[in-house]
Amino acid sequence: MTWLGQYAFDILLAYGLSLLLIVGLIARSVMVSRAMRRKLEDAGE
Amino acid sequence: MSIWEYANPRRFMAWTAKVQPWAWGIAAALCGPGLIWGFFFTPEDFRMGHSVKIIYIHVPSAFIAINAWFMMLVTSLIWLIRRHHVSALAARAAAPIGLVMTVVALLTGAIWGKPMWGTYWEWDPRLTSFLILGLFYLGYIALWEAIEDPDQAADLTAILCLVGTVFAVMSRYAAQFWSQGLHQGASLSLDAEENVADVFWFPLVVTLAGFVALFIALVLMRTRTEIRRRRLHAISLKARLA
Amino acid sequence: MRALLLRDLRLAIRAGGGFGLGLAFFLILATLVPLGVGPQPDRLAPIAPGILWLGALLACLLSLDRLFALDAEDGSLDLIATAPLPLEAVCTTKALAHWITTGLPLTLAAPALSLLLFLPVQALPWLTLSLLIGTPALSWIGTFGAALTVGLKRGSLLLSLLVLPLYIPTLVFGAEITRRGAEGLSTATPLALLGAITLGSIAALPFAAAAALRINLR
Repeated sequence: MTWLGQYAFDILLAYGLSLLLIVGLIARSVMVSRAMRRKLEDAGE
Repeated sequence: MSIWEYANPRRFMAWTAKVQPWAWGIAAALCGPGLIWGFFFTPEDFRMGHSVKIIYIHVPSAFIAINAWFMMLVTSLIWLIRRHHVSALAARAAAPIGLVMTVVALLTGAIWGKPMWGTYWEWDPRLTSFLILGLFYLGYIALWEAIEDPDQAADLTAILCLVGTVFAVMSRYAAQFWSQGLHQGASLSLDAEENVADVFWFPLVVTLAGFVALFIALVLMRTRTEIRRRRLHAISLKARLA
Repeated sequence: MRALLLRDLRLAIRAGGGFGLGLAFFLILATLVPLGVGPQPDRLAPIAPGILWLGALLACLLSLDRLFALDAEDGSLDLIATAPLPLEAVCTTKALAHWITTGLPLTLAAPALSLLLFLPVQALPWLTLSLLIGTPALSWIGTFGAALTVGLKRGSLLLSLLVLPLYIPTLVFGAEITRRGAEGLSTATPLALLGAITLGSIAALPFAAAAALRINLR
């Protein structure tokens, strides 16, 4: 990671944390969406 | 046929089912290459070094954080005036996205601020108003969660959104007023496009568009979830009555 | 309207109404802060305006959750809502009663408590003036928050989460007036802005509060 220069740690930390948060949001949305669709199917829709 | 036809829940489910994959596709097609371009193929800034790469997450997330609130304001107004349920549910769906984006913007800003300004946090008007925006998101989401009756919750949160917008704007000016004279304004103003050289600007535009597409895709998906939740609620009520 | 105001005032002053509660809280806060940060005047004096304003704000918040909740519990809120008086007027009256029982006493007590925090003497009139102008805004904003959360069982925690962000502009300008007064600077601009917030809140927020009450009573 030397090509990132002296701020390598900061850059990776920023990218890592943000991607973690955003991917987490997407994953949660997808999971809730799937669960809701399944529940609705079970309820006979 | 008026545009409001598309707000009918059944029709909404039908057209969003078609549009949603496209929104996800566009979001992936723009975010992926944009971020890769920004991360691997941008040169060092002469002043900030490679830390300038953080911009490709920081600016789009801040952009979404602010505009998600505007979208909630508009959908709340539509709900209060025209009583389209989908509109209220879209506002509810957008709030957590706005909160996450606010957190991302603040986090990346703090990480970027450490090497650039020598501090993680500075009570700069811009940072302060973003923190306050995060508080407004928290209150809005908490009110949605707290009220059981869906229509009542939609009404009350819509009113909170309207009043909150006025106070959020006032807080922004208050923060500007309050830290005046303590230190100079943020030096990384990105509104002035000439600050940013083209090499940095093009990938930024791509990631911005990608984040907008991602926001649209997420809102559609979450709104669909909310509509299903509402229908499930109605079914269980009916079952209890029967 | 007058009958409702008098009723609210009488209820507040009676035992358990929380009339003295805000004042006592204010006094305790002014005592605890020096114990926490140390008794040196040069350390306390600069933060005194902020502490006094924060204290007033939190003391206001303390009595907000009983603004509509008690009336909603015993059903008198429904009676008030069906009375010929429009709900907007009811909200205005409620806010006024809240201000008379918390904001006004706080304003009067603040100069005495400011001595505990070594606020410079030349700031005293500015402190009193800023509280006199600013606390009505706190009461009116609080009434809106209380109207939003009246139907909830555990509303008081949510109430503070909703109301505190709305208090930010008032706090900023109020503390700024006192700070400038202490340093002998011109206070005209924050004073005008604080007045604008208060007048705007008094004019507009009863409508929002009444709308929220109507939804909650539906």
